[in-house]
Amino acid sequence: MLYLEIKHLVGKEIRLELKQKYVLNGILLYLVSTIYVTYLAFEDVITPETWNSLFWIILLFVAVNGISKSFVQESPARHLYYYTIASPQAVVLSKILYNLFLMTILSVLSFGFFLLLMGSQVVNLPLFLVTLLLGSLGLSSVLTMVAAIASRASHNFSLMAILSFPIVLPLLATLMKVSRSAMTSMDWSGLSGLLVILIAINIAVVALAYLLFPYLWKD
Amino acid sequence: MKKDWWKYLSGVLLLYAIIAGFIVGVPDTMIQETMRNLFYHVGMWFGMMAMLVTGFIYSLRYLMKFNEREDLYAVEAVNVGLMFGFLGIFTGMIWANFTWGTPWVKDPKLNGAAVGIFIYLAYMILRGSIDDIHKRAKVAAVYNIFAFFLWIVFVMVMPRLAVESIHPGKDSPPVLPMNLDPSMRIVFYPAMVGWILLGFWIMNIRVRMRKLQLKIEQ
Repeated sequence: MLYLEIKHLVGKEIRLELKQKYVLNGILLYLVSTIYVTYLAFEDVITPETWNSLFWIILLFVAVNGISKSFVQESPARHLYYYTIASPQAVVLSKILYNLFLMTILSVLSFGFFLLLMGSQVVNLPLFLVTLLLGSLGLSSVLTMVAAIASRASHNFSLMAILSFPIVLPLLATLMKVSRSAMTSMDWSGLSGLLVILIAINIAVVALAYLLFPYLWKD
Repeated sequence: MKKDWWKYLSGVLLLYAIIAGFIVGVPDTMIQETMRNLFYHVGMWFGMMAMLVTGFIYSLRYLMKFNEREDLYAVEAVNVGLMFGFLGIFTGMIWANFTWGTPWVKDPKLNGAAVGIFIYLAYMILRGSIDDIHKRAKVAAVYNIFAFFLWIVFVMVMPRLAVESIHPGKDSPPVLPMNLDPSMRIVFYPAMVGWILLGFWIMNIRVRMRKLQLKIEQ
């Protein structure tokens, strides 16, 4: 039952995105132009460490921009309609899944542009891709929940940033640490603890969203 | 009078901490007499932690009962927690300026404190941007629970990521300074209890103020 609801809601999200292509195109342009500005600004100072920090910071901004629309692009009346036909858990899980899908695409694209403009600094590619996937999941679940919270308040655009930046830090700091080691060596040892932390944060955030979202959904 | 015993206890303990804190002998280590800051600066963190845990518990209770009273306690616990947080940062900065030669260093403990303050300032801004009382209470409670969890993760995870902490007390768990000199312990523990009780006292007064304000407005 939950599975069916999620399937239909994710399908709805994809159709909605394809119908309003300018939103998606806007995020893509944001991504490309931010990376280009960074490329020009940091012309001669790209070391593996700066590459890594810049990559994750840009991905964070792209994620905040891409996900903040999650609960405001549709009218409250439409939300009331979803409220009557779907469970809140299905709504939040479908949003997280759709945003995960979006974030995976955006993060791979960012990686591609970084490779194109600033060269590859990644030594351990499999590890970096694992980090990218875990990062997409973490960012999409934390930011979906924050978007839901911010959508309940007025002026939610700046609110999204101030609410999400401090609470996304444990995730971001761990991601940067793991991906930094993917910049310097092929060595996987000593990383299992950090990867477990990342997976645990992801699971816990999805669980919290599952438990807490119904309170936000019901007016 | 009778149920206010803990307020008197708080006053007595803090008076003791202030007097004994300057008299008790401290071991001769690298940081010398500045070690006495332990009784005051560390007390701010105990107070902040106790208040934020209290706020978290009241937010949980709000989501279970939807009673406005729980929300008042939650917001005032966070307010007092923020006050302790700022005082902790200031007392720490004065100490650090003498000991490390700079008021701020990149250190997991300092980062944890700063991020905690950012999170709860954002909580206050979130509250300010919602007009409806019930909606505000509900959304704020959800954010508080979510953010508190992630902050605790941050405080626990950061030390593992950092290369090395230069902050004193890094070898012991966050709550109990294991290697503390016995002569300092007899001041340290009462002082911590005193600060936490003072936090609850301030929270109670502020909740009563809010209740009166609500009454006047109605």
